[in-house]
Amino acid sequence: MNFLLWGGQLQVYLIIGALLFAIGFFGFFRHRTLVGMLISGELIMAGAALNFMAFGRFRAADVVAGQTFALFIMGIAAAEAAIVLSIMIAVYRNYRSIETKDLKDLEG
Amino acid sequence: MSLTPVVMHSYLEAAVFVSFVVATLLGAIFAVASRRLVRCVCGLALSFMGLSGLYYYLQSPFLALMQILIYVGAICITIMFAMMLTDPQDQRLPRGRGMVLEAACLLVAGLMAVGLIVLICRAGWPVTSAPATPVDTFKELGRALLYRYGFAFEVMSVVLLLASLGALVVARGGRRAKP
Repeated sequence: MNFLLWGGQLQVYLIIGALLFAIGFFGFFRHRTLVGMLISGELIMAGAALNFMAFGRFRAADVVAGQTFALFIMGIAAAEAAIVLSIMIAVYRNYRSIETKDLKDLEG
Repeated sequence: MSLTPVVMHSYLEAAVFVSFVVATLLGAIFAVASRRLVRCVCGLALSFMGLSGLYYYLQSPFLALMQILIYVGAICITIMFAMMLTDPQDQRLPRGRGMVLEAACLLVAGLMAVGLIVLICRAGWPVTSAPATPVDTFKELGRALLYRYGFAFEVMSVVLLLASLGALVVARGGRRAKP
């Protein structure tokens, strides 16, 4: 594969998306705090958005379908970040910690 | 091959692309592998900057702009705020059982990455060079958002409204008024 043509190859973008997904997956199980898990979740979503963009650019009949989906993913990610921030604050108020090992009882 | 301006130009283009790819992947690795959470967020921001460059190479400058505006400008700042408000502990060095668990995570993630990459390389996508794009994706995107995807667009705005209201309710709940 010619190094000069990488920017115009579908596979290159798909591989980057797969790597982002795998890295995010690793971080999701490695981190011990809710903040770290949120960061890894954002990486997984970014990998998905890159896949949508690549397929939309190279394979779709409709030129803007992939871009529209990537925009919606950004909206979902923003909503998710806001909700997770508020949940973290609520959890911290009750437990004085956001480490996942401390959050183990279901009492309200 | 002599270095005519055209050849120089293609080399430069490829070098910029590779630097975006490296920024994306290095930032992502930094975001999951660092033990201090502040550095994790900085790695995330670097990764999203690289990703916005990749979006530019996918012929959508609007998405590149939005990526920087929303992800780097809003989401990374939100995560910073979450960290400052909750005072999380930095990741400790794993030992004993933690080390085994971490190695298992790395193994599973690596296997998944290798499997996906093998699948992608062997899938035999129909050989197409990148189609000639219309010059004005801005205009097309705006039209699509208002006509074809208009309903989804409206639903998304309701989702964002509910998310911000819900965030306020959840974060405020349990706080008692002073007597």
